[in-house]
Formats: sequence, structure tokens, C-alpha cells
Amino acid sequence: MKPVSRRSFLKASSVAAGASVLPSAPFVHVGGPEEIKVGVIGAGGRGTGAVSQALSTKGPVKLWAAGDMFGDRLEGAIGGLAENEGLKSKIDLADSRKFTGVDAWKGVLDSGVDVVVLATPPHFRPHHFEQAIEAGKHVFCEKPIAVDSPGVRQFLAAARKADEKKLSVVSGLQRHHQNGYLATMEKVHDGALGRILFARCAWNMGGLWMHRRKPEWSDMEWQLRNWLYFTWLSGDHIVEQHVHNLDVINWAMQAHPIRARGMGGRQVRTDPAYGHIFDHHAVQYEYENGAWLFSECRQIDGCANDVSEHLYGTDGEAHFGDYTITGKNAWKYDGPNNDPYQSEHDAMFASIRSGTPINAGYYVAESTLTAIMGRMATYSGKVVTWDEAMNSDERWGPTSYEFGPLPVDPVPMPGKPRAKKV
Amino acid sequence: MLVLLALTSCSGGEEKGPQAPVQQPAQPTQSAQPAVNPSAGGVATDEFVPVKLPAAEAAAKPAAPAMEPYDQELPGGRAAIAMVPVPGGRFRMGSPAGESGRADNEGPQVEVEVGPFWMGRVEITWEQYDAWNTDEELPQAKKPDGMSRPTPPYTDMTFGMGRDGYPAICMTQEAAREYCAWLSRKTGRFHRLPTEAEWEYACRAGSKTAWSFGDDPAALGDHAVYAANNGNTYQKGGQKKPNAFGLFDMHGNVAEWCVDELVADWYGATGGTSPRTDPVAHPRRTDGKPLRYPHVVRGGSWQDEPAMLRSAARRGSEPAWKQRDPQIPKSWWYFTDAPFVGFRVVRPLQEPSAEERARFENP
Repeated sequence: MKPVSRRSFLKASSVAAGASVLPSAPFVHVGGPEEIKVGVIGAGGRGTGAVSQALSTKGPVKLWAAGDMFGDRLEGAIGGLAENEGLKSKIDLADSRKFTGVDAWKGVLDSGVDVVVLATPPHFRPHHFEQAIEAGKHVFCEKPIAVDSPGVRQFLAAARKADEKKLSVVSGLQRHHQNGYLATMEKVHDGALGRILFARCAWNMGGLWMHRRKPEWSDMEWQLRNWLYFTWLSGDHIVEQHVHNLDVINWAMQAHPIRARGMGGRQVRTDPAYGHIFDHHAVQYEYENGAWLFSECRQIDGCANDVSEHLYGTDGEAHFGDYTITGKNAWKYDGPNNDPYQSEHDAMFASIRSGTPINAGYYVAESTLTAIMGRMATYSGKVVTWDEAMNSDERWGPTSYEFGPLPVDPVPMPGKPRAKKV
Repeated sequence: MLVLLALTSCSGGEEKGPQAPVQQPAQPTQSAQPAVNPSAGGVATDEFVPVKLPAAEAAAKPAAPAMEPYDQELPGGRAAIAMVPVPGGRFRMGSPAGESGRADNEGPQVEVEVGPFWMGRVEITWEQYDAWNTDEELPQAKKPDGMSRPTPPYTDMTFGMGRDGYPAICMTQEAAREYCAWLSRKTGRFHRLPTEAEWEYACRAGSKTAWSFGDDPAALGDHAVYAANNGNTYQKGGQKKPNAFGLFDMHGNVAEWCVDELVADWYGATGGTSPRTDPVAHPRRTDGKPLRYPHVVRGGSWQDEPAMLRSAARRGSEPAWKQRDPQIPKSWWYFTDAPFVGFRVVRPLQEPSAEERARFENP
């Protein structure tokens, strides 16, 4: 496959790429059978899933530390992992290496782990990632990697540091490790579609889980436990979920969009139990080469569902749902399907053991910012350029995380300035 | 052949038709007297021939049930489930040693007798499935617990193949069981998944050949949606030819859940010459938990080659059917990687005891 050129990021990271002297990294695992110790920060369903995949990679590996905001979540996750007979022997979690609370991340990073899985709500990711790289850890970070532009910049700075320190970074954009996507993308990059004119992608489906508020929960706890529904925690579903599809189009285009315009709203899922985020967004993205991307995401029950990505070129079309190319170079993937969640961990651990780090930090940051740019367009009703998105000072969320009162952000109103919390 | 089957079915039957439920179990949550209307239900009916007892035989056995096809209405005016009578009878289960494409676990063939039941004319559709999914009287639970419904999926479980009118897919056997339990409570009539024996009996509809229409795979396209004619997707049910019982898509379209665990040597395990009556291999329990894998699916799917569509072909569920569920614990409800699995419901004429019923609902 052709290397993916990421113009703006390559520019931004040229210092790292051109650096001739790289500090020596802790390559204790290179070529050897040494045990790799894994820690997880954010032990929800996905964090636990990622740990089980990490523990299923080749070579000695151990779950060494775990942290979560909430003790009940942490114990539930550990219990769930231990139910798997194959993993039981790879869990070595002394009570002293189980951490809860706002600073749980610190305990995990200081516990002697080699690899950390970052799977908290995305708001915390830039800080956790920065600290993990600072501490010299290899990182598996779930998508998205931030909820706002300052977070993306913070993450990117740390991703460049990861290059300098020869640390591996793998993201939860698992389509990059899914055989059918890889094979189809190779065809696209080889020009099977001719000139790409436009693209479509969607994550349209019903709503997700929600936890009814318990009387003993503070505002902060209620929001954390229902993080999907607060922009400061999740980025809204266009960022939290739709980033997967936007990422595929960026990957195909080998570029990010330069402008976004869109509309969205909160029409059906209006119960305050669902926070303040929109239930639908539709964004038109413009790429520098003149191609357009028509993007939709919706979380409304009972409507037509569609989770897919499509490209339309002068010579044909690509449909990633069934790994098909139509037109002049018609083709269909008929190779084996793999478990991409496992493959991304296999790739990361192999890179650590072989001393050839991989860094997915740039494309996950680019795709996250693409989604944030779309949200900025739907929330504001304005046209938003890439540079505006990249340089924006719009930050979401409190600056400290005490369990206590925390007003909910108002529902964004296009055409009006962003309202203050009341 | 059908006459013989019908004769066998008479024994023990009661004079209870669809308008008079065999028992009145727990108060139905709402009135559910079905409209007896064999021509409704959204599928082509011109080829539909309900299997009825020949008059002479019925006269000889006055206890013969007058089983008629009917439409089982669902709450909220959802598309009714068209139910087709399947008379009880005796048949040879499994495939003969010489059958092309055969697997070892399909034999040795055994004599099996099954009681009469009604079976869905086509596979349960999304609309029918969603009547349960969206029943707000039930909690969205992480795990089936008797009266619950699934937590929402993270992704589109139709995988872009269409929803309205298409068969529901990607559910675990546990989810399909819960659906049946819900349907039973809503209608006041006991519904469940077919046993593997019932499924094969219904599929064969008196035939002894590889497929219910014969042994020629070239004819399969008239009877089934499968790998060669699927258009890379499942299809709406009832578009191909039905079998002699009037059941559509028993071969192909979506593979169908049975209640049984897949026991590879099950046919040979008990031996003996007398027929087994209503055999069922409920999933074994260990540490108080039912075995999660493998459970039986039958009939093959839109993805399969002809051999997997044979009346006797068996397939077992496996953990890989959940591999794209990225969470731990993985969902009890969804098989993210099984867009080829659906189900149809049966309603036995003879309602089981509370104990037997519990076994079907909570294996």
C-alpha cells in the first residue's frame, strides 16, 4: 500500500521526522521473550475489551495495573476479564495496583507498566496520552482522542514526542487493521476509481445506552456515568462514533477536508437524561482537490439505519460495506475476514517486541479534528475551515473534576454564539 | 407420505384449534385473539397449500386436531406472524451415508416422532422482532432475565441489507429465546424455538431427499436464497417456492435457530430401534450456567453453498460470531458477525407443563 501522506501533519511533525538524534527508548523487549506489563486507564466495556486483546497477543504479557474513576466499574471489569479461562493466568493485579478516582491514571502510569490502554471518556485522553508518552509508555488509545481543538493540539504534540521517543501508538480506529478495508483501500490508492469526485459516509442508527440518575449521584458523577450525552466528555456522537466513517474517507483521500458546512439538531432525544448533545448532524466537507464528502450521523430510534462509507470516482465506485469496487476496475474482496480489534493489538505488540514502533497518532488526531470541525459547523451554523478548527480556542468541560455540582451546557443553537452554562 | 405423517399426528392430539388456545396460562398482557386469515401476512399465497388431515383419516381418528393456518397478531399493530400447521408424525432424522455433501454428525439416521405444532411460514422479520425490541414495558437488560429486552446495539445490525420486510438477523440464541418468551406472554400462547427434530421434520415435509424438493442442486434456485443467487444480501421471505407444509425459506435466506445444543454424536448416542419422541438436547448446564456454544442453526443462509442448505445439514454457533463486539463482557444479545442467522417460531399444539416450559425459556 502506498504511504498515506498527511500534508499538514507531516509539516507539523517535520522536526521530529528530521531529527537526527533520537533519545534512546527503553527497548527492553526487542527480540526477547520479556514480559510486557499492561495497564488500563478507563476500565469500561471497551477498555476491558482492549485489555483482553492485549493479553491475547503473542509472547508473555500481563495485566499489571488498572484504573477507573469508579470502584464498581473497576471491579466489574476485572471480574469480567477473569471469567475468561484463557486470560486468568495473565492477570496479575495486586490491590496496590488498582486505582480509582480522578487521579487513577497517575497510579497506573507509576506502577511499572510498559503499555497503557487509554479508554476513558475522550475528554481525558489528551492529558492521559501526554502523560503516558512523557512517562515513556507505549499507548493503545481509543478513538476519538479529544473533544475539542485544544485537546487535539495537545495530543498531537505528544504524538510527535512519541516519535522522538520511539514509542508505539495504536488507535481504536480498527478499520485500519481490518483485512477487507485494507485491501479495498489499496485498490483506491492505486487509482481504481480514477479521480474521486465525491464520497458519502454515515453512522445512522438508534440510540445507545443511558443510565438513569441515582439520587446519590452528584452532577459530576451522573455526567461521567452518562458521558456519551455531554459534549465536554464525548465530543457529541459526531465525534465519538462517526469519527470511524470520517476517518475512512480521509484515509481514502489521503488528506483532510479543508472546509465544513452542516446542520444538525436535537429533535427527538430531548429528555434531559440524554444531556444536551444533538441527535443528528449532516455535514458537507470539501477537500482541497475539489472532492466533496456528504456525511450524516443520527441517533434516533426507528429511522433508516446506515453505517457505511462510499467513494465515487470517474472510473468507478468503492463500497466499503461489502469491500467492493464497481466500474472500470470492478473487484471484490474475497479474502478471509479477521478480528480487527485483535489485529490492532497484534500489530502494536509485534512493533514493541521488534523495536520498530508504529504511530497511528497522526491519523487518529486528524480524523478526530475532522469530526470536531463538522460539529463546530453544525453547532454554529457557520462555514468552518480546517485552519479555524485547528487553531480554535473553543474548549469544552471544567478544568477540575470534583464530585459536586456541574451545570449542563445548554443545547447549542446554530446562528447564536455559544451560550454560557446556567 | 403425508397421509402417514398425518396419521401419526393424530395420537394424543386434542380438539383445540387456534381460536381456542390449548391452555389459558398466565393472563395475557393484552387480548390476542388471532384473526384466522391464511391469506394475509405479506407473502405470496398462490402456491400455499395448507397441510390438512385427509377427511377419511380424520374420521377414523375423531380426536384429530383441526389445525388451521392463522395470523398471530402482535402488539401495536405490527405485521402479524403467519403460522402454518405442521401435523405431527414420524420421520427419519439425519442423512443417509451416501448423501452428497454430508457431514458425519448427520447420522446415523434415527427414527423420530414429533408432536403437531404451528410454525412461522417465513422467518421472523425485523418489524416483528422490533415489536419486542421497542416494548417499553420491558427493561433494557444486559443479560436475558425472563422479561427483558436487548440493550441497543452499537452498530447497524442489518449491515445495510434492509430492514422493512427483511428477516431479523444477528441475534444470539438467548435473544431468540427471549423473543419467544415475550411472544408467549403477550399472546397467552406458548411459543418457542423449534427443536432440531421439529425443524428437520418441518423442513423435510415428508421428503427423504437432500432438499425437500429433491436431490438436484440445480433446482435450488427456485426454492432458496443462497450463495449463487443472493445478490450479496438476504431477501424478503416468501419469494421462493414453499415446501409441502407451506413453509417458505426453510432452505437458505437466513439460517434458523433451534433450541438444541449441537451434540455431534447425538443421533447415535441413544441407539435402540424404537422411535424417539420429541427429542431435544437442551444446552447442558455447568456451574449452573447453560452452555453458550455450540447451539444449533439449520437450513443454511444466503451466504451458503447448496450442501449447507440440505435438510439434514447442521451448524453450530461459535464465539467468532461475536468477534466484532469490541466490549468485554461481550453482549448476550448480538452476534455481530452472524448476519446469516435468524429464526422462526413454533407453537406446539400440546402446551408443555410449566416445568418443561421453563426449560425452554431458561435452559
